[in-house]
Amino acid sequence: MSAVQTKRPWVGVLAWVIALIIFFPILWMVLTGFKTEADAIASPSLFFTPTLESYVEVQGRADYPKHAFNSITISLASTLLALLIAIPSAYAMAFLPTKRTKATLLWMLSTKMLPPVGVLMPIYLLSRDLGLLDTRTGLTIVYTMMNLPIVVWMLYTFFKDLPRDILEAGRMDGANTFQEVTLLLLPLSMPGIASTGLLSIILSWNEAFWSLNLTASKAAPLTAYIASFSSPEGLFWAKLSAASTMAIAPILIFGWMTQKQMVRGLTFGAVK
Amino acid sequence: MPKRASGRTVGGLRSLSLQAPAVTLLLLWMLIPLGMTLWFSFQHYNLLMPGEPSFVGLENYEYLFTDPSLWRAMGNTLLMVGWILVISVGGGTLLAVLFQQEFKGRGIARVLAISPFFVMPTVSALIWKNLMMHPDNGVLAWLTESVGLPAIDWFSWVPMTSVVIIVSWQWLPFALLILLTAIQSLDEDQVEAARMDGAGPVDIFRFITLPHLKRAISVVIMIEMIFLLTLFAEIYVTTSGGPGLATTNLAFLIYIQALLDFDVGMASAGGVVAIILANIVAIFLVRLVARNLEE
Repeated sequence: MSAVQTKRPWVGVLAWVIALIIFFPILWMVLTGFKTEADAIASPSLFFTPTLESYVEVQGRADYPKHAFNSITISLASTLLALLIAIPSAYAMAFLPTKRTKATLLWMLSTKMLPPVGVLMPIYLLSRDLGLLDTRTGLTIVYTMMNLPIVVWMLYTFFKDLPRDILEAGRMDGANTFQEVTLLLLPLSMPGIASTGLLSIILSWNEAFWSLNLTASKAAPLTAYIASFSSPEGLFWAKLSAASTMAIAPILIFGWMTQKQMVRGLTFGAVK
Repeated sequence: MPKRASGRTVGGLRSLSLQAPAVTLLLLWMLIPLGMTLWFSFQHYNLLMPGEPSFVGLENYEYLFTDPSLWRAMGNTLLMVGWILVISVGGGTLLAVLFQQEFKGRGIARVLAISPFFVMPTVSALIWKNLMMHPDNGVLAWLTESVGLPAIDWFSWVPMTSVVIIVSWQWLPFALLILLTAIQSLDEDQVEAARMDGAGPVDIFRFITLPHLKRAISVVIMIEMIFLLTLFAEIYVTTSGGPGLATTNLAFLIYIQALLDFDVGMASAGGVVAIILANIVAIFLVRLVARNLEE
């Protein structure tokens, strides 16, 4: 793309001011995490003596690592499961489309429009009766199903863009479906699968409705752990900020690294 | 797609069997809870009350529809979704144009501006509640006081506005992220030609940029709608639906009935209403996407 020459320095200034305003709450949170509790509630100041006190204390509360571990296992497991279920389906839709393929895709998307709260009671009661309440398995199953439609959609979009000839050639050479998928499709569409997986991890990591309602303490991921800070006032801001920083840092860095690939998947290829 | 008359049924069968796991699971995931919600909504069923649930017909719905909190919650839901969409999509579009211009450190500025999208809702709600909007020690209170104005007690004075600000802060970056990508494919020559013909920046935005972004904007609206209609964590953490019912949306109302009052029947009736409301929106949205698919 040819660069648009702007001889208007105010454009850059304005853009930077807006970017900093938008980013400010995150920056402030990170800074507050390095303050003492007294500094945290004092008049806002960018100048203070940084301390790791809050991090040490948060780390000392045995639960932080546990919740982080829950978040990691649940988002990874649900993403892997969703990919596993979605890949054959997306493959079939992209390469063996039937008359109903488009309708199926739209129906899948429409299941995303069902408000989770509409099925809160049944899912809650089913989890309770199956002994899945407050377990990582329960939440993993819910997240897998929650992300499945989006994962199928994204994979379908990526698969559809692959050169057909290569797969045809593989089939001519006598590859069966399984070989075709594992030896040709997967290596060829690795970038697409990776960005689908990353988005699914981000969505699961940040999901808050089911995690707040289906877990209590044992299986609670970071979203629920952080929400438990909603009542303590004043004196706990530095610790809250430290814990929050740790909760979002991995996913924020993840997001920064993958934002470009993610956009295409997120918009189902409608935006090139 | 070349027609292969002979291999058609075989291919169709293979296609169906490959799709079967995903389709079956989603169907179960949808139908079982949906059926149960519908069934419970006709029952008198409270987890705190002893005895078997009993069939009460439309009583839950009658109670629900005569309860003013339902209408309040529905109104709040639409108000929240509407305002957040306007702010995030409108703001996102304008910022996409701004961040498309050449300036020093553009890449970093862009990354900073889209960051809030990656922050989990519970964290962003807590940052805003405590560090930003707290009436005593928040940054905003300090700002207003430093210019001699009294601090605003955000969550008691303007609860709805506060929630809208927080959620827009999360979703505007999302709109920006998508629209910034879409705007890259804008034909610079066309813009240049229009400029030569004497079109001002406003004309260029209105007649070239905006039509170019139409599809991307519709996708953004659709995805945001999916998440905004079921907004929950931000309300849970900040206002708990209050003061009174000021920030109770449909999702939160059902939550109160379900997990705080343990009234399964009522909560399910509310769930059915939420599903119907979402479907009205969904029909309109699915059409929009379908049109995008055709193109």
